[in-house]
Amino acid sequence: MRSVVRRVVSAVVLFWIVLTLTFFLVRAAPGDPASLLIPPSASASDAARFRAELGLDAPVAEQYARWVVGLLKGDLGESFTLRRPVAGVLREALPLSLLLGTASLLLTFIIGVAIGAYQAAKRGSKRDVALTFLTTAVYAAPSFWLALSLIAVFTYGAARWGFPQWLRLPAFGVRDPASNATGFSAFYDVARHAILPVATLAAIGAAGIARYTRTIVADLAGLLFVRAARAKGASTTSVFLKHVLANALPPLAVLFALAFPGILAGSVFVEGVFAWPGMGRTMLTAIAARDYPLVLGATVLYAAMVIAANLAADIALPWLDPRRRT
Amino acid sequence: MTGKPSGVGIEGWGVGRSFVLATPIARACVAILVILAGGAVLIPEIASTDPRAIGDVLGLRFVAPGGTDAAGNWHLLGTDRFGRDIFVRMMLAARLSLVIGLAGSTLAGTLGILLGALAGWYGGIADRLVMALSDALLAIPRLILLLVCAALWQPGAWMVIAVLIVTGWMGVARLVRAEVLGLRARPFAEAAHALGARPGRIVWRHILPNALGPAVVAITLGVGNAILLESGLSFLGLGIQPPQPSWGNMIADGRDVIVSAPWVALAPGLALVATVLACTLLGDALRDRLAGEEVVTLGERV
Repeated sequence: MRSVVRRVVSAVVLFWIVLTLTFFLVRAAPGDPASLLIPPSASASDAARFRAELGLDAPVAEQYARWVVGLLKGDLGESFTLRRPVAGVLREALPLSLLLGTASLLLTFIIGVAIGAYQAAKRGSKRDVALTFLTTAVYAAPSFWLALSLIAVFTYGAARWGFPQWLRLPAFGVRDPASNATGFSAFYDVARHAILPVATLAAIGAAGIARYTRTIVADLAGLLFVRAARAKGASTTSVFLKHVLANALPPLAVLFALAFPGILAGSVFVEGVFAWPGMGRTMLTAIAARDYPLVLGATVLYAAMVIAANLAADIALPWLDPRRRT
Repeated sequence: MTGKPSGVGIEGWGVGRSFVLATPIARACVAILVILAGGAVLIPEIASTDPRAIGDVLGLRFVAPGGTDAAGNWHLLGTDRFGRDIFVRMMLAARLSLVIGLAGSTLAGTLGILLGALAGWYGGIADRLVMALSDALLAIPRLILLLVCAALWQPGAWMVIAVLIVTGWMGVARLVRAEVLGLRARPFAEAAHALGARPGRIVWRHILPNALGPAVVAITLGVGNAILLESGLSFLGLGIQPPQPSWGNMIADGRDVIVSAPWVALAPGLALVATVLACTLLGDALRDRLAGEEVVTLGERV
């Protein structure tokens, strides 16, 4: 219990360091954020009023204090371009990203662990080599390019080559703008729109997890306790499930935490290409418009999620691995 | 290297060439990278067309791969919407990608080795500072950090390299720190100390050579990652700026014509996959020889 408290405290301290770092990173950039927003034709007094309104005239220390205090109250400031509270903008975008993230994370782990475990069991065979080549190649593909290729085949190509209706997939947005469906058909519509983005993210993610799982499981399979289990006459399947996979779980839990930021960040490009209005796309438009409060807010939210995922893996580890219980 | 292999601890270091080229896969990867580097150096120099200049757009644009344009020039991989030869542009882009990938990963790795050795050797406040900074930077997804930096500073090749260094040293620093912590208590380090060696010499001559294996593997695997990140930034218009070609901004060029001229985006994408694949498999081969499994190969993907 004490160790859990200690971990939570250090996660909070870490979050504070990240906050401070990002705040000063943005302030350290050359150029004045206000100068990008105030038209050159504005009079000096208008410009000054605008700066005061944005809170940019105060000393940096005061801006920092104001920002941290606001953050504690859940107030992330106001978006320069949208003229709305950043917290509200992010609250709308987050669920859409979590939808993509959860679906692809689940698929990533199921497919990735299955392929990796299969490869480890057949280590050195032709299939293992072929799968290594395949997973590494998919892992080497940039997500935005994979996304464009999928769009070319399943959206444009599907219409041109007369694919069956269920294989013609929408490539842009969350739902069909022409339909005002509700209930189940609305859910079906969103699910169809999510197929291509989720497929892109899951393909790359699963390839990475498979590469990793193969190494862990193959290492374990070579260890003495596995040989001992075999020697006592246990079947291959039972050795694999009871001894190898059970020991592979703790590193995979750590991997879950490690994979999380990758999925989040990967979704930036995928959301951009598929016009999926989640966190990633919000981040991209905010960056293009130099909307600093929104960029800062989104970065802080990303960091909070990564820290939370790491904390969860830390706390779950003793539960998965009896050797680490104290 | 002198007669006897002097690279203490790293087995096979002294064997030189043969150990990188031990497996057929590693040989194929090295071949791909060498051919690519050769093409990148030569092709833009001997090409008959300027890959950056825009000529008679209507007559030259969107020539299919293997086709001939209105002026009678043959194009191996076709032309883009401004009538520029895609193959020559790809090779010009390869220069940047390879240099940025190598420089970004090696320099970030060097910074990581320095900071990791510092933290591991001195411990105390230096260790806590380095580790706190590394934890904080790791808590922000690298891509997000890259995007924020790229958006705040002027885009361009130098900026991309600088940002890759700032956001890429943490993994290597942690590896080296762990190795140094384990090695500093070993008898040979104490023996060097007892002989009167200064701390700098102990670290440089006795500790670091033993701690480098995992770092070298991480750096090699990082090259592919750095190339991907560069292409991602350029795809978004935050990296290499046109008319300078980069695989990322070439894919962005092909985005709107993905149906009518798919080769525009297809060719640079395949080049990226082949290059990153070769770097990754080479890193894997190196890891099998040099390091245990402590090198986690799960970089963030673009």
